[in-house]
Amino acid sequence: MTEADARTAPSRDESLHGETRPAVKRLVIVGASLAGMKAVEGARKSGFAGEIVLIGDEQHFPYDRPPLSKRFLDDERDVPYFREHTSYVEDLDATLLLGSPATALRPADKTVIVSGRPVPYDALVIATGASPRVMPQWAGMQGVVTLRRFADAVTIRGALDAQKNVTIIGAGFIGAEIASAARKSGCSVTIVEATETPLARAVGPEMGIELSKMHEKNGTALYCGVTVSAVNGGAGGGASGDRVESVELSDGRVVPTDLLLVSIGASPATEWLRDSGLEITPDGGIVCDATLETSIPGIYAAGDVVHWPNAIMDTTMRLEHWTSANEQGALAGKNAAGVAPTATYETVPYFWSDWYGNRIQFVGVAGTIVPHVVSGSIESDKFVALYQLGDRVVGALAVNEPSRIMKERRRISQRTSWQEALDVYAAADALAAGTVVAGAAVAG
Amino acid sequence: MSAEAAGGTLKVEVDRTRCIGLGLCEAASPKHFEVGEDGKLIILQSVVDSGDLSEVEEAVESCPTNALRFVR
Repeated sequence: MTEADARTAPSRDESLHGETRPAVKRLVIVGASLAGMKAVEGARKSGFAGEIVLIGDEQHFPYDRPPLSKRFLDDERDVPYFREHTSYVEDLDATLLLGSPATALRPADKTVIVSGRPVPYDALVIATGASPRVMPQWAGMQGVVTLRRFADAVTIRGALDAQKNVTIIGAGFIGAEIASAARKSGCSVTIVEATETPLARAVGPEMGIELSKMHEKNGTALYCGVTVSAVNGGAGGGASGDRVESVELSDGRVVPTDLLLVSIGASPATEWLRDSGLEITPDGGIVCDATLETSIPGIYAAGDVVHWPNAIMDTTMRLEHWTSANEQGALAGKNAAGVAPTATYETVPYFWSDWYGNRIQFVGVAGTIVPHVVSGSIESDKFVALYQLGDRVVGALAVNEPSRIMKERRRISQRTSWQEALDVYAAADALAAGTVVAGAAVAG
Repeated sequence: MSAEAAGGTLKVEVDRTRCIGLGLCEAASPKHFEVGEDGKLIILQSVVDSGDLSEVEEAVESCPTNALRFVR
């Protein structure tokens, strides 16, 4: 069957846009990281037998990114590939186009442009992820890095192994994890955070400040409300400009620096879609419906780029979490392939981070809510805090309480009332104290 | 090998060298998995009944460290 035949083939699905959709012969997935790889798997698992093309801008086969700021800086040395290279052909029957980014999307022609050439599709999944924000004025200097790719992690590990002076701009999770790894390696570490409240968006301002106290406790200097005003360099080797030697802060401090990590967040990698006609949010996310279909029928999105109505949390959101990329990839691949019934996506967000041997886990949403500590104490670095919105528990932070977090996630997904959530812990306390609260469940 | 293939009782097992106790398996199937107080995974039930297959499959696929697998 030709491409033209495929487009006029009988419909097998009624899309949410109310149009009949022709059968998909060729599924193209742009972005060869977690979400893209899962989209391939999701399409195949749903019974899709057509052609699949996976496009990635890096030369590497799909690999896992969380280890780049975790295990890889510790004891692991290999690229954390998801699958055997041969399995993409042998098990998934997929064609991989690696090493060049997609530069444009032309929905009218149903093509994406890679290396100047059109790649045709019947259905498309966009999973291009996010790019770290940079500080362009210093980006060309040797020793100034961001972390997203394997090559970045190799550079950072080199500095850690040499026990250099590490300065980190941004006290978010990536910055904190690298600070933790750098301290373990024996580096002198300074974090410079522009706001007074690190991690405010992730865990709320109050808990952001509390968690950040772990830095000082573990020998990392943290300066909040401070910015980098200048980066001083000496002549570096080669043509890549000066090598960083120290940074000057807005409070007048000068910090000797061999490695300057810029970890000030990431933006959706959607620049290449600028002229595509796809609806994009002001922050660069792709507007999707609950099935992860974009504003153009037959084009789906997955992972860090997705801005979608998350029914279980009663809000529209965009996440940069491993868990949601994993799940969205599989679902978008399945929905785009159009073989199985279309499914919707909702999730109680979950992320984790390990700092200085402490396990930090968060489920749900934080907003600007001041949470309630229901177990343990902040001072002991072992506690559970719950976040209330209206009559519902909507978030939970667990520090060194790994057995608690998934139970809280379940309660959030079940729309547990705030009082009921508190009662669980009151009952546990009562039990510990030898009294019984009638009718209340034991914390489980 | 698909979960249905071959004979014998289908079980799920954890590779303790990979598991770091993140708990996504517990979210997918609390009947089979629970993260303990010490952060180590407890397999509550290793035998996977046919009615539980899809949720245990979800648990296996959701593992960020690829620590779970089916065995017979």
